[in-house]
Amino acid sequence: MITLQIILFSVFAIIAVVTSILVVTRKNPIISALFLVLNFAALAGIYLLLNAQFIAVVQVIVYAGAIMVLFLFVIMLLRPEHEKNFFEENPKMKWLALIVGVVVFFQLIYTIFFGKLSSSIHQNAEKSVEIGTIESIGRGLFTTYLIPFEAAGFLLLAAAIGALVLAKKHFD
Amino acid sequence: MIPIEFYLVLSAFMFITGVVGVLTRKNAIIVFMSIELMLNAANLSFVTFSSFLGNNIGQLFVFFVMTVAAAESAVGLAIIIALFRNKLTINIDEINVLKW
Repeated sequence: MITLQIILFSVFAIIAVVTSILVVTRKNPIISALFLVLNFAALAGIYLLLNAQFIAVVQVIVYAGAIMVLFLFVIMLLRPEHEKNFFEENPKMKWLALIVGVVVFFQLIYTIFFGKLSSSIHQNAEKSVEIGTIESIGRGLFTTYLIPFEAAGFLLLAAAIGALVLAKKHFD
Repeated sequence: MIPIEFYLVLSAFMFITGVVGVLTRKNAIIVFMSIELMLNAANLSFVTFSSFLGNNIGQLFVFFVMTVAAAESAVGLAIIIALFRNKLTINIDEINVLKW
């Protein structure tokens, strides 16, 4: 039986897989960055299928919005370099990396399908809708996880100051 | 209902493409984007388990991962700009002053 959920999952999963390959293989970094935006959007769709509404919205705003704009700005600040096709330069190293990747991928597949953990888990739709709301996550952030939340805020402040210092023209 | 394995396989695939990207590409910015890809694959696993186990801690953790990713990309891109200003390249094969 093919439900709407399965169709949506297939569409988003195919977009995510294809764009992640394109991000890694394209020569032009700007095209890579734009495919990465598409990848993040597809992932946001998958988060919605998992009933994680808050994370889906934050994914679009923070990742596809803020972080990728930063990336595109930096790419446009730098001089474009002449890049070669994927296997043109240093092909031995690249084949080796691909083989390592495939081996690790099959290892992960083996763990996922033959591990004892995942065989018995079934999604409880009502429960997962309940925990994905901004209310549930906000309650967690401001009660049990208040100190990590404050630490994350401090980390962002430190990162902003650090980025300013690093990107300054002259070090005093 | 989609079984949990599908989500985990998608997450594993995206993580591996990120790993291959980090290992093969020479452009520092694309290496950086591959790292973002790997972070997102980890996030997908977190959200999957959070949703399937009915526990919101995984989604809280994704929130913190996103914070760290934002901080990391801001500092990392600033480093790339500083590097480009000094060496006029972002090819990671030519940036080897720390190599002994």
